[in-house]
Amino acid sequence: MAVVVPLKEMKDKGDFSNLHEVVPYAGFLGLSLKQEGDEFLTTMHYSDMLIGNVKLPALHGGTLSALLEMTSLFQVACEFEPDVMPKIVTITVDYMRSGAAKDTFAVAKATRVGRRVVNMRATAWQDSRDKPIAMANVNFLLG
Amino acid sequence: MVKASLKKLFKERGEFLETIPHIHALGVDLKEFGPKGVILRLPYREDLVADPEDGLFSGGAISAFLDNCCGYAVSARTDRERMFATLDLRIDYMKPAKVGEDVFAFAECYKITRRIAFVRGIAYQDSRDEPIANATATFMFTGSSHADSRENL
Repeated sequence: MAVVVPLKEMKDKGDFSNLHEVVPYAGFLGLSLKQEGDEFLTTMHYSDMLIGNVKLPALHGGTLSALLEMTSLFQVACEFEPDVMPKIVTITVDYMRSGAAKDTFAVAKATRVGRRVVNMRATAWQDSRDKPIAMANVNFLLG
Repeated sequence: MVKASLKKLFKERGEFLETIPHIHALGVDLKEFGPKGVILRLPYREDLVADPEDGLFSGGAISAFLDNCCGYAVSARTDRERMFATLDLRIDYMKPAKVGEDVFAFAECYKITRRIAFVRGIAYQDSRDEPIANATATFMFTGSSHADSRENL
């Protein structure tokens, strides 16, 4: 997959405004990306189509797993700059709090980097980073 | 008649699916619904792709789809008004979905306790024997009132 090349170019320029053209699904979810030190912070901008429970209202759980997965992918692509797109093998998500109808933020950190496998730990929050609404372990195969 | 009420239930649940904003946005529809399992369909769409060069469904879209299908399998075994929240979800990706073709998800709720429902699901295209992804999920019942939320437990 070639998406890693434009991602690297955006990172080098420090401008991720083309993200939606490079990764259509990021456009669908309303994701934006920015670098903060070693971290690539992903924001899932609130829109009504992210809702899963209209009565609460609460974000659809699937949007959170998707956010955590995409955040991990962006972090792997930008931090390790692999030649080919890492392949996701497994994602395990814990849902800790219901997601309110507002913007959600996420970061991911590598817990182990091997030759073939990268293990990532991703965290999503809304009000405060020390109150995560969901966390995930995401394992990628490199190459 | 039992058959007539099943048909009515299927229609109701199919219509309810359209009222879930994110699922409506994904374009998901209901194919089968019953206590032995539910089947949903995710039509292929170019805006659900991670990399336009290969046109493959994004893993994120598949996981949102499987999450919803697993939840629907719980609702097929409980009172319609009963609320629940996803506690955890694990997805294993076995192979990429074929480009340009719809993806189906089958999920069954195989155990319900007082507080927790256990579910397994599969995403596939041609046959359930050739899975794209496998899901294991647990859901927690959050009381019967819509006013309840995870924060109030």
